Amino acid sequence: MARFSPLEWPVFRQFRSGDTTGRGPSVTSAKTRATKPRTVTSDAVVKSVCPYCAVGCGQNVFVRDNKVVQIEGDPDSPISRGRLCPKGAASEQLVNSSTRITEVLYRAPRAKDWQTLDLETATDMIADRFLEARRKHWQDTDEFGSPLRRTMGIASLGGATIDNEENYLIKKLFTAAGAIQIENQARI
Amino acid sequence: MANADCIVIQGSNMAECHPVGYQWVVEARLRGAKVIHVDPRFTRTTANADKHVPIRAGSDIVLLGALIHSVLEQDLFFDEYVRHYTNAANLISPDYQGPEDLEGLFSGYDPTTHTYDNATWQYELGDDGEPIVDPTLEHPRTVFQILKRHYARYTPEAVETTCGIKPEDFDYLLRSVTENSGRDRTTCFAYAVGWTQHSLGAQFIRTASILQLLLGNMGRPGGGIMALRGHATIQGSTDIPTLFNLLPGYLPMPSAVVHDDFQDYVRGVGSPDTQKGFWSNGNAYTVSLLKAWWGDAATEDNDFAYHYLPRINGAHGTYQSAVRMLEGGVDGFFILGQNPAVGSANGRMQRMAMSHLKWLVVRDFSLIESATWWKDGPEIESGELSPEEIDTEVFFLPAANHTEKAGSFTQTQRLVQWRFKAVDSPGQAQSELDFFHALGVKLRERLKDSDDPRDRPLLDLTWDYPIDEHGEVDVSAVVREINGFHIGGDRDGEAVDGFNELRADGTTASGCWIYAGVYAGGENQAARKKPRDQQDETALDWGWAWPANRRILYNRASADPAGVPWSERKRHVWWDADAGRWTGRDVPDFPADRAPDSTSESAYGGTGSLRGDDPFVMQADGKGWLFAPTGMIDGPLPTHFEPQESTVRNPLYSQQNNPTRVTMPREDNLSAPGAGLPGSEVYPYVFTTYRLTEHHTAGGMSRWLPYLSELQPEMFCEVSPELAEEVGLEPYGWATIVSPRAAIETRVLVTKRMKPLTIAGRTIHQIGLPYHWGAGGDGAVVQGDSANDLLGITMDPNVFIQASKSVAGAIVPGRRPRGPERQDLVDKFRAEAGLTEESGNQHATVPVEAIVASVGAGKLAEPLAADDLAVAYGPHGPDCSCDTPMVDGADFRRAEQKAYTTVTTTDDRTGRVDILPGAEAVAEGPAGQSEDGPAGETTSGGTEEAAGTEGSDDGSSDPSKAGHVRDGAGDGTRDEAPEDAGNDSRNDEREDDR
Repeated sequence: MARFSPLEWPVFRQFRSGDTTGRGPSVTSAKTRATKPRTVTSDAVVKSVCPYCAVGCGQNVFVRDNKVVQIEGDPDSPISRGRLCPKGAASEQLVNSSTRITEVLYRAPRAKDWQTLDLETATDMIADRFLEARRKHWQDTDEFGSPLRRTMGIASLGGATIDNEENYLIKKLFTAAGAIQIENQARI
Repeated sequence: MANADCIVIQGSNMAECHPVGYQWVVEARLRGAKVIHVDPRFTRTTANADKHVPIRAGSDIVLLGALIHSVLEQDLFFDEYVRHYTNAANLISPDYQGPEDLEGLFSGYDPTTHTYDNATWQYELGDDGEPIVDPTLEHPRTVFQILKRHYARYTPEAVETTCGIKPEDFDYLLRSVTENSGRDRTTCFAYAVGWTQHSLGAQFIRTASILQLLLGNMGRPGGGIMALRGHATIQGSTDIPTLFNLLPGYLPMPSAVVHDDFQDYVRGVGSPDTQKGFWSNGNAYTVSLLKAWWGDAATEDNDFAYHYLPRINGAHGTYQSAVRMLEGGVDGFFILGQNPAVGSANGRMQRMAMSHLKWLVVRDFSLIESATWWKDGPEIESGELSPEEIDTEVFFLPAANHTEKAGSFTQTQRLVQWRFKAVDSPGQAQSELDFFHALGVKLRERLKDSDDPRDRPLLDLTWDYPIDEHGEVDVSAVVREINGFHIGGDRDGEAVDGFNELRADGTTASGCWIYAGVYAGGENQAARKKPRDQQDETALDWGWAWPANRRILYNRASADPAGVPWSERKRHVWWDADAGRWTGRDVPDFPADRAPDSTSESAYGGTGSLRGDDPFVMQADGKGWLFAPTGMIDGPLPTHFEPQESTVRNPLYSQQNNPTRVTMPREDNLSAPGAGLPGSEVYPYVFTTYRLTEHHTAGGMSRWLPYLSELQPEMFCEVSPELAEEVGLEPYGWATIVSPRAAIETRVLVTKRMKPLTIAGRTIHQIGLPYHWGAGGDGAVVQGDSANDLLGITMDPNVFIQASKSVAGAIVPGRRPRGPERQDLVDKFRAEAGLTEESGNQHATVPVEAIVASVGAGKLAEPLAADDLAVAYGPHGPDCSCDTPMVDGADFRRAEQKAYTTVTTTDDRTGRVDILPGAEAVAEGPAGQSEDGPAGETTSGGTEEAAGTEGSDDGSSDPSKAGHVRDGAGDGTRDEAPEDAGNDSRNDEREDDR
């Protein structure tokens, strides 16, 4: 602990710093003075876009040691002019929340709980099931001979929260596989 | 929006749902604009508006229709704009009849299929094949005069009776929008799902379009109709669609029968024979897409691999898929950043549907309810399901979030914005891009030795995306493919600079023609981030807007017919005579060198035929459509019908509900009986669902975050003090809400923000329900009952969006029962109301004569006589004050006088009833007496499909259904005679087969 100096008496501090209301530098602790915003200590700022609603507010993502440490509004954006709503402002928790799951989970038929699985195995299992469902529910033509060339055994829902490029690959792959039941939030 | 002089926000709570976007409304107000909020609730939007106009949910067409009526009657429309830029002067077929003639129906209704034939809605053509116009607008069959007649009954008095809006409030609204429209001023409308989630949602928007065209507010700064969409790239996922009925760029998915042949498909998309808008180059857009997907395997000789595309035949939307799951017709289901167990209507049906799957893949950040319903969903609690009996395999795959991958979102104004990657994703979390790429690689690997023709499209697919040093797909290669590139010639491999470079001969590829230009010059234009203070307000150097980086669509209309801005104040795009080009603050939405006075002999003939005053360049005839001859399933002019479960009789027509709405009459999707029918008093209140600022849709991205959960911890309902007193609800206490589908409990928020409305002498109470909470879900910081469990599935026939905004139910004090008693409570209400699958699902409710006249006008060689119909009249109950007999399940005879009986519903999209020749006509039981026996369409949605007759339905029989979601696009090709003819013969053939 620092040695006591009468000059550090709050009244003197307040006079000295011109902090007339006593809510500024005269009442900060050493810890507060040493604290720097994460935006200053980050080692990169990456331009991004808020993932919630469709206004498309600009975000500055502050990164340190390959970790997102803070997300703030991007003042450069002509759409949002630096502002974020409570959701956008909370989006750092979307990255770092302890409620986030980062491993593959698998629930077997009739099981009461999850088990873990590695990603490669899961993707292989899904590929096998995809082809089986595709085969089993395949329709070459309707009953009058018009071509259908499709499978009804596979459906998909989602797309409004993922990227254009991702939607593009999903639509392309499913269509080539003959899977037509693809939908997203735009219909809800 | 900041440039508007008046902003009407209707069907949206913009300040709370799009808070940062709302700054531009505030900005407009600071610049002097008037802001009006039309909404059932007083919200923070209202608090920041000049005026609140409370409205009964679902009655918006009456209000907007009355504005149209007053604008026409009082000569308040923008005369020069209307005459030059709209189809006001076109004559419509002499066979056309409208709701004012037919009690609410248009001509061409088929009461057995609940659809229209739009043959009588077409422009009248002269001997030269060109549309006839009357520039004086006086001919009784001009669009202008038809519009006047159609909206004649939409009076301020009708507004008061139907919407509960006081005459002085209506007058305020009328004066505000008309005084702020014209050469010097513009009015803007903004809406969100408060308009779309109705059984006639698309028509709500159409009504506003008509009004805005009459007032001259389209294509101008501060004008237009803003769709406030709710997800980061819900616009992008419609443009580059993960939707069943579309291919990228609003090209339709091919339909069986109608599009068997490549040429038929291309003609259907748009061709110079029927178009002068930019859809006339549909062949170039189509071929370029096929080249992007199948590369060298797409050649002129094989119609560019067109036959690799699978076909739809009817609706294959998410609700239809859920029904198919329940019937065991779907093995596998991918859920990608969505949460249908909470977010979709009739949540119980969604969860039960998933329990019939063989396997389910959920890709998300946390264990949302759609991933855990098998262990902790409401049906586990009630004992209806138990994990030991559920065979579904569930894969939970952790997803990378928006900071962990590079890519683009398209926001609500079509602006594509790039996100750069900030960090690597943790653990096994992966992007959709990498997952689906890997899945595709594995599928192709497994099939590589296959000689089955059905595997060729997968094996020939262009899927060789470069992988970067982290083992991830190089996303810029995907953007480049979406944009498009040249094949062969001098520019081989170079990115195209815009969609005008696309060709139909296989020398270009483009994965989404409207995004052509996003990679112009080989640079990612969406990644441009020039700070706003270094450019003007239009900010053309921030991101990239489709098409062609254009910020206001149809902006040629911002100048007068001579190409001069309507006023100095509203300058945007104008004709520079010296340079011989269009110029201005935006990218002109018009052929750059087409002079304002250039004319054309033909109404059609490709983009070369666009006249200098045809600003609506995506429309078949270059005009703004006041009257829509094609493109709308449920009528060329918006018409008010009551919501599915409305407690009010339609004050305007005998026809109660949208006669073409898509119903799902099933035991697990029961409806309240509807106004005036016995049992409707059991569900007396109107529920409307909405969002809060602090949560996001079904909660997957907010209820797992501590900050947001703390801000809004508990599910609640908003009720007026009057209703609280009537029912005995305690503030901050509990209430149980019961609909025909479910019972939920909520906290009670008693607030004056909810106002009882007086409708036709009766008090109508509305109850507000946020829908963010769900039960179950591992790790959610907050949980609660889900409002969407209350909703039934009834859909708009144009877009198959469910009606969520006006739902009938009851509310009682206290918490709901636990365990199996919860369902018992729902059943008790159902029994009291006497609900059956038919309840509330009547389609035509007009007098027989009107049906006969409508059918005769549209479809049959000889008109039917009333005697041909075995009529079923529905009783309206002792309290019903209307004198109109209801008709439903009428036995129906065609022109050939064959007898038909109505049997199973075969088209899960339209709820269409298949008509089979029967030995004898069967007189159906009265519609309202359904508890005594089946009336009309009694069989559930897809039973027949479960029996393995997929592909038998005839959704394709109406070519107007194909690609119907193409907003504002030219749809003039959908009523082509060859398609109709081919199709009719197909129907006949089928009937013979049976």
